[in-house]
Amino acid sequence: MSAKTAISSLVLAGAVSTALATLAMAGPLTKAEADAAIAAKKEKCFGVALKGQNDCAAGPGTTCQGTSTVDFQGNAWKFVQGGTCANIELPGGKHGSLKPV
Amino acid sequence: MRANAQASYAAAFAPPLLDPDGDVPAVVTGPNGKSAMKRYNVYRNNVTVSLIEALAAIYPAVQRLTGPDFFRAMARFHIRETPPTSPLLFDYGRDFPGFIARYEHAQALPWLADVARIERAWLDAYHAADAAPLAAIEFAAIAPDRLASLVLTVHPATRVVRSSFAAVTIFAANRTGESADHIDASTPQDALITRPELDVVVRQLPPGGAVFVTCLMSGCMLAEAAAAALEDSRDFELATNIAGLIEAGAFTSLRPGDQKK
Amino acid sequence: MDAEIRPRTSAAIPLRFSLAIGGVAGTSFKPEHLAAILDEGPQRGFFEVHAENYMGAGGPPHRMLERLRRDHPLSVHGVCMSIGGPGPLDRAHLARFRGLIARYQPALVSEHLAWSTHETSFFNDLLPLPYTKATLDRVCDHIDEVQEAIRCPLLLENPSTYVTFRNSTMSETDFIRAVAERTGCGLLLDVNNVFVSATNHGFSALQYLSDFPLARVGEIHLAGHAEQSDDEGDLLLLDSHDGPVADAVWKLFEIVIARRGPVPTLVEWDSNIPDWPVLKTEAAAAQAILDRRCAMEDRHAG
Repeated sequence: MSAKTAISSLVLAGAVSTALATLAMAGPLTKAEADAAIAAKKEKCFGVALKGQNDCAAGPGTTCQGTSTVDFQGNAWKFVQGGTCANIELPGGKHGSLKPV
Repeated sequence: MRANAQASYAAAFAPPLLDPDGDVPAVVTGPNGKSAMKRYNVYRNNVTVSLIEALAAIYPAVQRLTGPDFFRAMARFHIRETPPTSPLLFDYGRDFPGFIARYEHAQALPWLADVARIERAWLDAYHAADAAPLAAIEFAAIAPDRLASLVLTVHPATRVVRSSFAAVTIFAANRTGESADHIDASTPQDALITRPELDVVVRQLPPGGAVFVTCLMSGCMLAEAAAAALEDSRDFELATNIAGLIEAGAFTSLRPGDQKK
Repeated sequence: MDAEIRPRTSAAIPLRFSLAIGGVAGTSFKPEHLAAILDEGPQRGFFEVHAENYMGAGGPPHRMLERLRRDHPLSVHGVCMSIGGPGPLDRAHLARFRGLIARYQPALVSEHLAWSTHETSFFNDLLPLPYTKATLDRVCDHIDEVQEAIRCPLLLENPSTYVTFRNSTMSETDFIRAVAERTGCGLLLDVNNVFVSATNHGFSALQYLSDFPLARVGEIHLAGHAEQSDDEGDLLLLDSHDGPVADAVWKLFEIVIARRGPVPTLVEWDSNIPDWPVLKTEAAAAQAILDRRCAMEDRHAG
């Protein structure tokens, strides 16, 4: 089996002790540190990309009320500018854009 | 017979709810012979709008990326094709990333489906069962010769999403209200989603990390997972990944597996 | 000895009734208000949540609800049981409902006279049903099944409707009265729903309230509504829960309280949710009406 041939117990033991030493030195990231890492746009290994945000993205809820926003029709739609997708560059230097109908 | 007669009102009332061209069910009316058209449309609208808003609440970054008008149109098509089957709305929208991937008007945004997959995983982690994450000290207590056969129990919140694009960066930039700078989408990124306590945390996995975690999640022994990760990427660093997984709270416990010498 | 005190049923949930909370006003609980609510410390009043939003396995929703429950009575308001549907109840959903009630021991438990699931599709709206002998039987069976499962009385809420079924043979109030008498369930009287339906169908809200079995009312709902128009250009009201309670609804509420006496009253606000002080002020207005009635009862008793 490749597992046995590739990774020896010695390698594993070394990796685990290095990992534990790293953790002991660093300790878990505090919220402030995590936020700082995000703010600095650090993309280190296991870097925190997003933490929390429970308040603004807690998912959907059931409704027992009606809505006065009318939006049930529309088999076609018009291309409307909006959204941040134009900031995202695709391979080949193209920018994302929504395809108008 | 009685069951059929009873079923008829729901069977007649329900189908046009998600079909805007369908006729208003003949079983209903307004008072004193008034038309039921706009009245029935209240129900159609409530159903459609509340489900669009459910998807918008599950996929806020997708909506920010596309803008609300595009999002609502795309969501409306998805709802008609795949209405919820459970009254638990936080479980809805599992098929939405797949729908986005094949939605003709979103083909110019090939990374959008992966951003949606991270958002779906985020909400799964948010509602997952509570469990104490594995403490580093438990690793320290394992004898070196037993490490190879170690098997980890995955935390109920832990999810991995792999992407051929920079889905983690795009997700993080659009999940908050901050202005999204220019992002190069072409770098492949893998996301690790965990919720060791109350906060859901999304991390970018290092090379080989996704294979390592996925393998451990499926019950592989530590040595097997490490070997699979090395096969996936020569840059895989075992120590970094072990430390990262402990720090992220991706697992809850460990036990020596069957020794296969 | 042991056999005598052990319940005969195998139910894991003991029979427990929360204390009656009396003429207290409450509000819908919205997670964005939690910090403001906790800042004020324990206060008079109760909070109502939609059951389905707390049916996840764990995480922040349960932590919030536990924190809220520590200092306040709760009302668990089910939205999706489809009691008014022709199909059988969803057993898995009923089990989750029962589990939630066992866990949080709410003072009030309610559901709707409506349906939201047909075959495999869940529509996330409260859909109407015809009022006939056949649907009455079905609704009573469903309520029996729910009350058997949750082991406490259910309050059934009158709906707001926009259409009527041609084959209905009973009035809504006759239907609801029959359900309550046959199943022993209590009633949740949504005064805004009465006003909305009365406007939409051209009947008198006061007449509806005179026909309604008020003695069975264990909770009242108040909410805001929105205005649209029907195909003939006449006013059509929407039960939108997105603004303050209308003056006409406050008036009806006072009439109900004068006849029924004080009962727990909830101000619902589910869309365009305002800051906590605004919602709290609406509840305070309901509380003032309840308290005035209490004071009158005390004077008469004294």
